[in-house]
Amino acid sequence: MSITSAQVAARDRSWPIRWSDAGPFIALAVILVLGALVNPSFLSETNVLNVVTRSAFVAIIAIGATFVISSGGLDLSVGSMMAFVTGIMIMIMNALAPSLGSGAILVGGAAALVVGALCGAANGLIVTVGRIEPFIVTLGTMGIFRALITFMTDGGSLPIDRGLRDAYRPVYFGSVLGVPIPILISLVVILLGAFLLYRTKYGRRCAAVGANPEVARFSGVPVARVQTLAYVIQGLCVAVAAICYVPRLGAATPTTGQLWELQVITAVVIGGTALRGGKGRIWGTVAGALILEAIANLMVLSDLVSEYLVAAVQGVIIIVAMLVHRFTK
Amino acid sequence: MNTFARTAGLSAALAALIATAATAQDGKTVIAVSIPAATHGWTGGVVYHAEQAEQEIEAAFPDIDVVLKTSPSATAQVSALEDLTASQEIAALVILPFTSEELTGPVEQVKAGGTFITVVDRGLTDPSIQDLYVAGNNIAVGANTAEYLAEQLGGEGEIVVLRGIPTVIDDERIQGFTEVIDGTNIKILDIQYANWNQDEAFTLMQDYLAKYPHIDAVWANDDDMLLGVLEAIEQSGRTEIRYALGGNGMKDIIEKVMANDPVTPISTPYPPSMIKTAIYMTAAQFHGQAPVRGTVLLDAPLITPENAEQFYFPDSPF
Repeated sequence: MSITSAQVAARDRSWPIRWSDAGPFIALAVILVLGALVNPSFLSETNVLNVVTRSAFVAIIAIGATFVISSGGLDLSVGSMMAFVTGIMIMIMNALAPSLGSGAILVGGAAALVVGALCGAANGLIVTVGRIEPFIVTLGTMGIFRALITFMTDGGSLPIDRGLRDAYRPVYFGSVLGVPIPILISLVVILLGAFLLYRTKYGRRCAAVGANPEVARFSGVPVARVQTLAYVIQGLCVAVAAICYVPRLGAATPTTGQLWELQVITAVVIGGTALRGGKGRIWGTVAGALILEAIANLMVLSDLVSEYLVAAVQGVIIIVAMLVHRFTK
Repeated sequence: MNTFARTAGLSAALAALIATAATAQDGKTVIAVSIPAATHGWTGGVVYHAEQAEQEIEAAFPDIDVVLKTSPSATAQVSALEDLTASQEIAALVILPFTSEELTGPVEQVKAGGTFITVVDRGLTDPSIQDLYVAGNNIAVGANTAEYLAEQLGGEGEIVVLRGIPTVIDDERIQGFTEVIDGTNIKILDIQYANWNQDEAFTLMQDYLAKYPHIDAVWANDDDMLLGVLEAIEQSGRTEIRYALGGNGMKDIIEKVMANDPVTPISTPYPPSMIKTAIYMTAAQFHGQAPVRGTVLLDAPLITPENAEQFYFPDSPF
């Protein structure tokens, strides 16, 4: 089942997407049709924009996760890392607000990217240099980041300076030509991710390392560097998500980003990326993130399901989507 | 022989040391406080108020030593109880149990050693263990909010409700609320879980707004969630929503109440500072022999602009 870099490269030339990769998009289409039947307001402009904008966080983080997972790794720390980056960012912005005014937002954003990249690098280096299972490493850092944000907020909430609030709000709530800014930011991240994974040597090496690290090593691929870089990309994606997240509610709390890692991994896997590595699907990941958000939205919009059973129905839909995907191959 | 003598000498010295340590503490009555670690806003408030109470009581009553221990899980709390009792003689234990079932046995063990037991908020499965029980009234939190809302809406209208994490606390609030609303012509359009989480409340409110073209009022059964709800309403630009109410008395919401906010004119307290009530009362038992055995149920009066000052703790994280 392992796919060599040559095969991946061959597949790239037949881009756009092959029929067998269309699974997640078919699933998304089915959910959209069902949703429209259940409640007409599901496809109303406001609702569609809400759902897509909301899915931006998981989508952006999941782009990074696509690199980590396709290169044979796993990152459980993304939700906690997002909360931690958010906290650092708010503290920096609040500290600089009196002297820099709105400029503090730019410095805070830049700092977020640096912190995110460093957090990712830490994960990556412990995995590759320390030679420890990524599951264990990121389980550890997940706890560390979560504890740090709880410590930074004293268990309460860490709000952004009121003066910065209005200047920063448009990053989540604003729009350009009717398209909300978070959607534009995710599009940029998605396009960069797709270019990096499908069009560059690094992308092909990612898949090769994930498919078979030994073979990749003998072929002269610097396995540790490729894997570490995947975690750094993940960290940067987390930071971008944090930059979009802060203006939404204007605060970091100990529950920020809780359990997002599971949503992110689910989105990546629904999208067709192999959890054991060797195959990455950027656009599939995006469809996966949209599917998750659309299902959650539909659960509220329909009156079919008892509030106690919502999570069960979500679980069933995800499993069915995966089965459909498997059998359409 | 030589080794034996040395060991004996050492043991004697050690014993003497332990004895001095013990007498140093003998003069003081130890009140142990075991509470959950700060994992969200409300427990953050509990930790803050417990720390305040520790300082205040130790300053006021030099004969009392308050020992504070926070635990991140029920299992950790059981271990904490063992540590607290193993290392010293404790006169009283003030405990906010993580879960009722898991902590009942361990607290009973502590009680067997003759310790005075004060239980806060979540009751144990066997109430006969506690000497003093201090709690808020979750049913009143729901009912008082519902009564206010019904009065303001004139007994008519369509509302949506956001509930927290499936627990007894959440069930009681919803029960208190719906019982009052059932007696009016107000229609509850929808009730869904948002897990006492700002983010989830934000998305749920967006969905409610998409689903229902007209909503008169919203009740989020916790102020943390209310913040998410308010953000979603603001973003939607919808103006027909006359009231968005919460509960718990979070400082950000109290500030709104103080500022006569038209949409959020009130809150209801379920104060994390109840831990302070419990510690103070327990101290009274030991310092002044003031009898405190019994049950204290804190009421949930409406927080209005007139009395908001009494419920406002600007330095608390909650």
